[in-house]
This record gives sequence, structure tokens and C-alpha cells, in this order.
Amino acid sequence: MSDDLIELLLVGLGQTIYMMAATAIVSFILGFPLGIIMAITDKGNIWSHIKVNKTLGTIINIIRSVPEIILIVILIPFTRLIMGTSLGTTATIVPLSVGAAPYLARIIENSLREVDKGKIEAALSMGANQFQIVTKVIIPEALPSLIRGLTLGLISIIGLTAIAGATGAGGLGSYAIRFGYQRYRTDVLIGTVVLIILLVQGIQYFGDSLAKYINRKRYKYE
Amino acid sequence: MIDISNLSKVYHTPYGKVTALKDINLSIEKGDIYGIIGFSGAGKSTLIRCLNRLEEPDTGKITIEGLDINSLDKKSLNKTRKKVGMIFQQFNLLDSRTVFDNVGFPLELDKVPKKEIKERVEEILDLVELTDKRNAYPSQLSGGQKQRVGIARALANKPDILLSDEATSALDPLTTYSILELLKDINEKLNITIVLITHELDVIKYICKNTAVIEQGEIIEKGATNDLFINPKSVTLKKFIEILSNFQENGCYQGGDGI
Repeated sequence: MSDDLIELLLVGLGQTIYMMAATAIVSFILGFPLGIIMAITDKGNIWSHIKVNKTLGTIINIIRSVPEIILIVILIPFTRLIMGTSLGTTATIVPLSVGAAPYLARIIENSLREVDKGKIEAALSMGANQFQIVTKVIIPEALPSLIRGLTLGLISIIGLTAIAGATGAGGLGSYAIRFGYQRYRTDVLIGTVVLIILLVQGIQYFGDSLAKYINRKRYKYE
Repeated sequence: MIDISNLSKVYHTPYGKVTALKDINLSIEKGDIYGIIGFSGAGKSTLIRCLNRLEEPDTGKITIEGLDINSLDKKSLNKTRKKVGMIFQQFNLLDSRTVFDNVGFPLELDKVPKKEIKERVEEILDLVELTDKRNAYPSQLSGGQKQRVGIARALANKPDILLSDEATSALDPLTTYSILELLKDINEKLNITIVLITHELDVIKYICKNTAVIEQGEIIEKGATNDLFINPKSVTLKKFIEILSNFQENGCYQGGDGI
């Protein structure tokens, strides 16, 4: 074990968490409204616009078909336009967010669609408008499922940051490749893997606990 | 008063056209408890859902207190819906809210001040005898209690009309009885017109002043409930009564009392 191991891992972890958090926030801001629109514009839903639904669905599918590593390359001009550069940890947030947003949108869409149609109908019968149905019925009713879905999404984003590491974005993925693989530093390789495992476990545990807390409150028996 | 004239509705399914409603004419007096009975698939659900436009009819006209329901724009429709409460077979309560917040929900939609919501909700919870369950979540309630919450919620806006979509069909006979008592009580105390659809003859017998029988999308018989039972003309109603009396006769033979 070398002296710089701890330092390398800590810097890598910091960069990974930074990329993950920033990507999560940006892709959530993009993906959440998109997921809601997808869920309510389908046939027979409260804001039925089939054309909007089909168009957005196709765009989401196209972006999701492109592997992240290729997305990073394709988006280099776009990233330069927004960030001024296509290199480094901060710049990578652009292609990561573009890749993660449609994925989060699908997760959110699926959660929201699970809400019982009868509940929506009951709200309609009380004279609720579409906005009220989304904010007061669909989202609160889907909350535990949304949290579980978003946990899944966050963990996938960690995977994406590791891929971005291969193109020089920094983070644990980058250290694993540059030091662990290219310089035969097995200690760094193992260290990064252990840290990523801990990170994923921590996020999963947190998400599960939150969803469980809400479910216990709603479904506890006296 | 509710007036339905020449109401028709056809569903276009991949397997062809299905006529759900065919030239329905019905008028329901204020303060009445009007029952609509029919077998599954007769169109009774579609009919009651046309009254608050959860379902859009193809042709025909529905007026409530002289107001043409089908010509309303979205905003006026939502305003009218607040005066037409609805209860459901599956209760459709919100799992994310306590009993108190479920009942207060329609008032919250209307942006009624919190203090007024509290007063109104407590008043109705008292009426449906659920004051002690105010902080419970729907999953902690029995079926009958859930339906009481559903009724309380439907009454929160002080509606003129209450639509009941098979409200007792998922309940056991004893609970059904207590819910029907409650509906009767509401009808008398608050003078709310109740329109209910059901496939249970007992429900009709027990609380409906007037009844219509629906068969394959058509009203084939209507009138005062008592008259219909004494002299049923339609096949559907005869079948209903026959099934009921057959059950009772079987019971006699099993017990040995009938021999």
C-alpha cells in the first residue's frame, strides 16, 4: 500500500459524489416534468394528448438507445457551448444529465401510472382540475414508489459517472482505470470498488428506509 | 331536479360497437332516492357517470336544476361537480391522507380556509360516526368505515345530489344495512337527492322511493318501487325477484319448516 492511496480515493470519491449530485439534480429537474407529462398525456388520462405523448416517448427512446460513452462523444460540441469546455468533472455533468434525464422520466412515469384510476376519478368527481390532481392525488399517492424508483435512478447515475471517468472526467471510475488498470495499482482498484459498493449500499439503504417510513405511516395497523 | 332525455352512448371497441345506453328518458324529483337496477353490463354505471360527466354521452340532454350539464365548459363543470357528490364501490379514498384529510380534501380543492375546513369536517365526521377515527389512515379501516369516509367526503361540499355507484356492493349484508341507514338519514336530514345504481334487490327494496330497471342499455320499467315489486313486468326484474324468492324457499326446505 502506498502513501497516496487515501488521498487518491478521497479525491475520487469527492468527484464522484459531486458528479452524481449535480447530475441527479439537473436530470431530476428535466426528468420530473417530463415523467409527469408522459404519465398524464396517454390515452384515457387526465390530459390526453396522444401526439405529445408519442413524440416525447420517441425522443426518450432515441436518447436512451445511445450508450452513455457515445453520448458523451456526440455531445462534445453541445457541452462546449454550455460549459465552455468539454473536459473535466464539471463539464461531464452535461452529457450525464442528458443521458440520465430520460431514464428518470421513464421511472417517474411508471410510478405515477400505478396510481389507481378510481382515485383520480374520485378527485374529478369533486371538481378537481388537472393541476390539483397531479399535485394532490397522483404524486402523494405514488410517493413510496417514486422514492424507490429515484433510488434506482441515483444508483444508475453512479454507474454513468464511472463510465464518464473513462473519458477523463475524474471520479472513482477514472482512478480505477488510470491508476488501478493502467498503472497496475491493485490497491487503488480495490479501494475504488469498495467505495462504490459502500456508496451504492448507503443510497439504497437510505431510499428503502424513507419509502418504508412512509408506508409504515400509511399502512400501519393499530 | 334531474332530467335526462334521449340519452345514448355507444362504445367503439376493437370488437365492434357496444351500445351502452339507448334513448334513456328519466326524471328524478328533488329529495328522491332513485334506484337504478340491472345486471352486470346493463349500462347502469355508464348512466350514473354521465350525470357528472365522468362519461360523455353521444346524444341526449341532461339538466340538473335547469342547468344543461353537457354544454358546460370545464370551469363551470368543475363548479357543478362540487355540488354533486359521488361515492364508489371501491371507496377510492386517498391512502396518503388520514380520514380527516380525506374528508377535507374537496374543501382543500376549493381553497377553503383551514379553520372552516376543520369545523366542517368535524361536523360531518360526527354525522357518519367516525370522530374517533379522524387520524387513522384508510388502510386501517374496515370496508364499512371506508364507505362512511367516502360518504363524508362526498358531503363535505354540501351537495344537492349524491350519486352512489354500487356503494354497498363490496360490503357484507350487515354493513350494507348500516350504510343504507346512513344514506336514508342523510336524505331526510339534509334533503339531498340520492341516485344509486345497484345489482342488489335488497338495496332497492330498503331505501329507494322510485326505481328504474335497465336492461341492455334501455330503461324497460320505471315507477314507484312498491308498484314495481307488486307487479313486475320486465324480464330483468322478474328474474331478480325470482332469484330472491328461490333462495328463500330453499332455506325453508332445508330447515324443514316448509314441509
